[in-house]
Amino acid sequence: MPAAGPFNSTAAAFLGGVKSALTSVFFLVLAGTYTGIGALAHDFGLGALWLALSTVLVWAGPAQVILVSALGTGAAPIEVAIAVSLSGIRLFPMVVALLPTLRGQGTRPRDLLLPTHFTSASMWVESMRLLPTIPRERRIAFCNGMSAGFMGTAMSAGFLGYYLAAELPPLFAGALLFLTPMSFLVSTARNARTLMDKVALVLGLVVGTVLTASHIQLDLLWTGVGGGTLAYIIHRVREAAA
Amino acid sequence: MTAVIAELWPYLVLVLLGYLPNEIWRVLGLVLARGINEDSEIVIWARAVATATLAGVIAKLIVFSPGALLSIPLPVRVTAVVCGFIAFLAVKRSVFIGVAVGEATLLLGGFLFAH
Repeated sequence: MPAAGPFNSTAAAFLGGVKSALTSVFFLVLAGTYTGIGALAHDFGLGALWLALSTVLVWAGPAQVILVSALGTGAAPIEVAIAVSLSGIRLFPMVVALLPTLRGQGTRPRDLLLPTHFTSASMWVESMRLLPTIPRERRIAFCNGMSAGFMGTAMSAGFLGYYLAAELPPLFAGALLFLTPMSFLVSTARNARTLMDKVALVLGLVVGTVLTASHIQLDLLWTGVGGGTLAYIIHRVREAAA
Repeated sequence: MTAVIAELWPYLVLVLLGYLPNEIWRVLGLVLARGINEDSEIVIWARAVATATLAGVIAKLIVFSPGALLSIPLPVRVTAVVCGFIAFLAVKRSVFIGVAVGEATLLLGGFLFAH
């Protein structure tokens, strides 16, 4: 992928971001995933408008899948809130790693509010890949444009899936939901350039599988903090030895 | 009055059980990221934790799949992920190829073995 910039204005950077979203592989992934989520929302009896609003407010595929299925099956409210919150933990380190890359000399604190809300796995993966090629003073606009492009895609696909639900064979609906783990895996692997990133990915997969399969409480928290910290320690030890 | 409440109820549920429990992590990240520069050790550590957590989400979605994906047997789901990943490594580290091969494997396996 060539450098997307340099952009002469904020508007040009925003449009460049929209364009990069629509030409990213995540355009297809989000379109497919949210078609699946739309069908799911329809099957569980939630409204099309409700789903669109949940895409704007929650903006996290796994959390929306949990929310839709849990509400649809009548789970206890506190249980739903906890399940959604646990799936959202990953957003915390993502924001911490992303914002310093976005911030420049003249950045006001409120300029970071929108990118913070827009942070999600697809946006994070693409931002970490593309932002270094963009002039610092244009990064926030670029990032907002890209996120708006992704969110618009997801909302449109949600409506599409909602109205197609009855026509969608179960195997196909399953294949749409499979897009999330499959694309997260290969795009994270593509972004893993340093040894630390690779170790964190492998440890997360192994520890995550073991903890999930053994029904450990807070499995994602332990996977992230445990696997991530171990990968970080390995990175520090190697740096000290070098 | 009750009709209005009944109509707005799903949206209240969305904010209380969906938006707030999820958004709190983004806001905490915003607070913590204040005044940290991108080369600092805590940002490098956060990147490792984010990557490992994302890997954990991947594992969880494969092992305990949501909705219609659950009707496709676990061995098929695992085989599809492995095939997709091998294709990604083999063909120029292309995300598109990886996802396409994984999906094709899943559809084929699902067609043959779905319950």
